[in-house]
Amino acid sequence: MPKLPKLPAPPLPPPLREPPPRPGESNGKGGPIEEAKAAGINVVDWVDERTSLSGAGRWLMFRKVPKGTNWFYTLGSATMFAFLSQAVTGVFLAMYYRPDPAGGAYESIRYVTNDVFLGQFVRGMHKWGSSVMVILIFLHMGRTFFFGAYKYPRELNWVIGVVLLILTMTMSFTGYLLPFDQRAYWATIVGVNINGTGPLLGPYLSDFLRGGSEFGATTLSRFYAIHMLLVPGALAALIGAHLYLVAKLGTTAPPWQKAEKRSELREAEV
Amino acid sequence: MNQREKEEYLRDYSILKAQGKPFFPYAVAKDGAMAVVVMAIIITMSLVLGAELGSKANPTTTTYVPRPEWYFFFLFEVLRVVKPPSLVGLATIGVPTLCMVLLFLLPFYDRSPERRPERRPIATITGIAVIAAMAFLTYSGAAAGPPTTIETATPAAVKSAGSASLTEYEAGKKVVAQSGCLACHKIGENGNAGPGPDLTHIAARLPRQGIARTLVNPTAPMPSFKNLPPKKFTAIVNFLAQLK
Ligand code: HEC
Ligand code: HEM
Repeated sequence: MPKLPKLPAPPLPPPLREPPPRPGESNGKGGPIEEAKAAGINVVDWVDERTSLSGAGRWLMFRKVPKGTNWFYTLGSATMFAFLSQAVTGVFLAMYYRPDPAGGAYESIRYVTNDVFLGQFVRGMHKWGSSVMVILIFLHMGRTFFFGAYKYPRELNWVIGVVLLILTMTMSFTGYLLPFDQRAYWATIVGVNINGTGPLLGPYLSDFLRGGSEFGATTLSRFYAIHMLLVPGALAALIGAHLYLVAKLGTTAPPWQKAEKRSELREAEV
Repeated sequence: MNQREKEEYLRDYSILKAQGKPFFPYAVAKDGAMAVVVMAIIITMSLVLGAELGSKANPTTTTYVPRPEWYFFFLFEVLRVVKPPSLVGLATIGVPTLCMVLLFLLPFYDRSPERRPERRPIATITGIAVIAAMAFLTYSGAAAGPPTTIETATPAAVKSAGSASLTEYEAGKKVVAQSGCLACHKIGENGNAGPGPDLTHIAARLPRQGIARTLVNPTAPMPSFKNLPPKKFTAIVNFLAQLK
């Protein structure tokens, strides 16, 4: 098989660059120690030969971020980490949860909170993580708004962002019912009723959420399915699209950052 | 933005990008540091604040006041501010929907090439005003915890009608106070003025059957109370029917 062309080396800063091999080491066939060292690289090479993923990896990791990028630009990825934390803690909660309005739901949450090892800790992380994620998503949106980052060519990324915002609020609304305590129950009844007062689609939306015209046995399982399958799936997919566009278009430079025209001539240096 | 402005932007941007640093490791290090801070905050909040669980959901009492998660308070407050029933639909879903549509379409009506916040005064001032309004509504929502007791002067008609009427009145007052009605209604000086109407003189407006019908089959967002035990239900109706 012909050798695949070598991709150019990534522009790593000097301390991270691999030192050149010492004399006598790994020239051609080495001893078992060298082979063991090379095993990881060989596995990566094997996968890459069949997928060509390393090109995509380099495109993603070694693209340049414009001059002047500051800490405000970490708010988007901070939102993503909050989402990942919600996903992981949510999986652990789902291992115990039973969407049974007759008492099973409340019992299962009581069991997690009081009896399961670290149960209250994981539930607390999920509960407070939702507040943290909502705060971060608003901060991130504020950053892109005040920096004018929604303008050409990033309009589509803003639109996807608004859908992410709506989905995040839906997560928090549907999750609130699941513990099925007094607060969850009554707040959700009022919340669904509020939806019902909306023009045109309002009544249909609240009927859909309740699973009928009454708040009944199917309501809880419906909220559960929306909260842990429908919306998180859509969120994950749209976050993927959002990040793809970020990598493709690049993040904006801060609005007051000036391009130094003359340095065009020095492009060879970069 | 016209074609010339678009090309100018792309040209300036490519220069700035060429002068920047690679995403890995520079941006990754910052993002990673931020991720550690976020996780530390979540873990600390979980350890310090815990995860409480109220008493079990019970359709036959509303000892827990309907209160959404704090970041929905501002929506609930919009309800409190907009009173006339004909406008309720507009306030609850209409205003938020309109805001979401405006937010969604933002890049399509704000088409100027300017990006510096201080040179787009309309956008910047609107943004700050929206943030201030949401912060204010969230704060007043947080401050509006309903009381669980009612302190009003007993009407003279009840006092003169004898002790049976008086005990009926007192029993009903207690149930109403505990049933979360004051989250949305005002009785005398007690409770919140909205989203529901003031009930101080409800009996003058609505006959006894009307009150009972409202409790069974209310207009949204008021929850239905038809699952209350009959004794409590009649106590509420008796009490309200005396509020002339
Ligand atoms: C979530 C908020 C909310 C709660 C809780 C609530 N209500 Fe209401 N209530 C409303 C709204 C909103 C209206 C107005 C409906 C309309 O205009 O048709 C209303 C209307 C009424 C009316 C009819 C008033 C009139 O002038 O026609 C009565 C009586 C009433 N409520 C009694 C109660 C009682 C008693 C309780 C407690 C057991 C209670 N409500 C709890 C929101 C609420
Ligand atoms: C689940 C929620 C979200 C996640 C995980 C997310 C993630 C990200 C990330 C990682 C970036 C890269 C730059 C940065 O971090 O600032 C970004 C950029 C961007 N996001 Fe989001 N985002 C979310 C929600 C939103 C929302 C609600 C909006 C606005 C309505 C939005 C609009 C944008 C825009 C316009 C950019 C481009 C910014 C630029 O190029 O400077 N995003 N997003």
